[in-house]
Amino acid sequence: MAGRTLLDKLWDSHVVTEDDSGVALLYIDRHLVHEVTSPQAFEGLRLAGRAVRRPELTFAVPDHNVPTTDRSEGIRDPISAHQVAALDRNCEEFGVTELKMDDPRQGIVHVIGPEQGIVLPGMTVVCGDSHTSTHGAFGCLAFGIGTSEVEHVLATQTLPQRKPQSMRVTVDGRLPPGVTAKDIILAVIGRIGTAGGTGYAIEFAGEAIADLSIEGRMTICNMAIEAGARAGMVAVDDKTVDYFSGRPFAPTGAAWEAAEAAWRELVSDADAAFDRELVITADELVPEVTWGTSPEMTVPVTARVPDPADEPDPVKRANMEKALEYMGLQPGTPMREIALDRVFIGSCTNARIEDLRAAAAVVKGRRVAEGVDAMVVPGSGTVKRQAEAEGLDRVFTEAGFEWREPGCSMCLAMNEDRLEPGERCASTSNRNFEGRQGRGGRTHLVSPSMAAAAAIAGHFEDIREVTGGG
Amino acid sequence: MTVEPFTRHTGLVAPLDRANVDTDAIIPKQFLKSIERTGFGENLFDEWRYLDEGAPGRDNSARPENPDFVLNQPRYRGATILLTRENFGCGSSREHAPWALADYGFRTIIAPSFADIFANNAAKNGILTVTLDAETVDRLFQQVADRPGYRLTVDLEDQTVTTPDGEVIPFEVDSHKRHMLLNGLDEIGLTLERESDISAFETGHRKRWPWVFEAQG
Repeated sequence: MAGRTLLDKLWDSHVVTEDDSGVALLYIDRHLVHEVTSPQAFEGLRLAGRAVRRPELTFAVPDHNVPTTDRSEGIRDPISAHQVAALDRNCEEFGVTELKMDDPRQGIVHVIGPEQGIVLPGMTVVCGDSHTSTHGAFGCLAFGIGTSEVEHVLATQTLPQRKPQSMRVTVDGRLPPGVTAKDIILAVIGRIGTAGGTGYAIEFAGEAIADLSIEGRMTICNMAIEAGARAGMVAVDDKTVDYFSGRPFAPTGAAWEAAEAAWRELVSDADAAFDRELVITADELVPEVTWGTSPEMTVPVTARVPDPADEPDPVKRANMEKALEYMGLQPGTPMREIALDRVFIGSCTNARIEDLRAAAAVVKGRRVAEGVDAMVVPGSGTVKRQAEAEGLDRVFTEAGFEWREPGCSMCLAMNEDRLEPGERCASTSNRNFEGRQGRGGRTHLVSPSMAAAAAIAGHFEDIREVTGGG
Repeated sequence: MTVEPFTRHTGLVAPLDRANVDTDAIIPKQFLKSIERTGFGENLFDEWRYLDEGAPGRDNSARPENPDFVLNQPRYRGATILLTRENFGCGSSREHAPWALADYGFRTIIAPSFADIFANNAAKNGILTVTLDAETVDRLFQQVADRPGYRLTVDLEDQTVTTPDGEVIPFEVDSHKRHMLLNGLDEIGLTLERESDISAFETGHRKRWPWVFEAQG
């Protein structure tokens, strides 16, 4: 018998039943809930007179709408306040544990899940949020769902699902200095395209992935969805087990021993076959910057803005032309000469402690360039306090960055943090879509250290030159 | 929730000639603050459709329309079938995207490919996503451009798209999705009928992996 992939193991251990057409009823171990995609689901339960089947497996947090400035007066925007209040009310009515806006542990749902040990290896994890793929970084099958599916999971703790195909992306060798998890995933998306992973769960493997911290692996899995894959995943190893040891919601004692033994099985067998394989050589990777309005529109920082005239496919060429027009860029412009108005360090992609440390290392002792407005939004209250304990907040504020309260913030601009029309931003987030960070705003996706360097220089810089490779 | 069954639909076709149309473009974030399922249609493609910035609760009838945007062109008013390019619906999982499309009046979207989460969400709201190869889609774009009032008939039972010339184009569709759409079934209700299976699984799962059920911070 051929070996089994990590996907096979996670899938098989959660199938309740399977029908003749191959649709499985999948048991869901953790359901994460936020304020934007849940109100209609709770309302659906109410209308049908249904309960939440397993409130103890369901955890909620408001993150999209919350202000990142002083919260003592609550939320100023009445519509945002209404949505967050609805979450509070729904969680209370249905008995769901919520880390409320004023809870010191509050933060972006995908940051606090693992941070608190609410999500643990081997689990099936869903959330009404496409970046749920983040949780695959520690051997979970985790994927985003819509609100109808949120309601389905609330009511039944299961989801009818067809098993995705398996893809393995192997990153061989060691990452060169200055090249980060963000650059790996941007390079992968650049190579396979934003639809390259559609229908697949992607397992990231190889020496460069094994060398990454759990935080770095989360950055990679977070953006699997930007390659079209609902789920990204990385096998469990010592780092995974160490990461969860001592987390507030993690098991202890004999339960921990049993859990650890089970988690260590969560690797693809050596002879497992994948439906698709992609191999990348780490030493060819460089710091990436996106130039367009799709994450696949990415180039090395040393490159120039591409020319649509060089693209033979007419549909792609038209898309490139539209993107350049929206971004206000001319073909052939060196990426390093693109001047910036704003810098955003935050989001479920890159707002964990390691990201803030990497950015602070670049910023330390320097000043944000004249005319650039730069902000850091930690991924959670826990990250924020840790950073403050390490003095990172002072490194940022002394350089001229704003130091904010945790939330999704300007990754999608549902709160007050947004770009004005025409403003250009270096952002550590995950999407450079038109209008994503504010109507008419222009987003360039980069790693935290690249964003920090751009804030200091006022334009993109090759981090390998700035830090001598650090 | 039950949805309107989808069996066969004939309607005017609007061509949206862009690849990778993302859910942020379909319904911008400020409209996601609503806690209702309805009323999103007026803000479908808001940033392309209007010349000013939209806000929840605003009277959209008074806003300046972008005359260049395809849905604003008189010949495409009242379209119920959207023809578009690769990877439609990529990006966020917001079901507000199909809610907006359905509320506007779209019942079918035809493209060479769709993002997974979007396609699932669409089906749950009675919208049929029809995947046709890129060459066929290209040909349909040409026909729509050439002929004002171009209408297609989409038949889910037969799995065919029929052009005004009588050309019948077959398409593949997931059998589960087809069954649910044809019958407008309440999926949650169907799953709840499996209560004993779910309970039996849960008992075994709890025995095997007790820590899943014992999260206490």
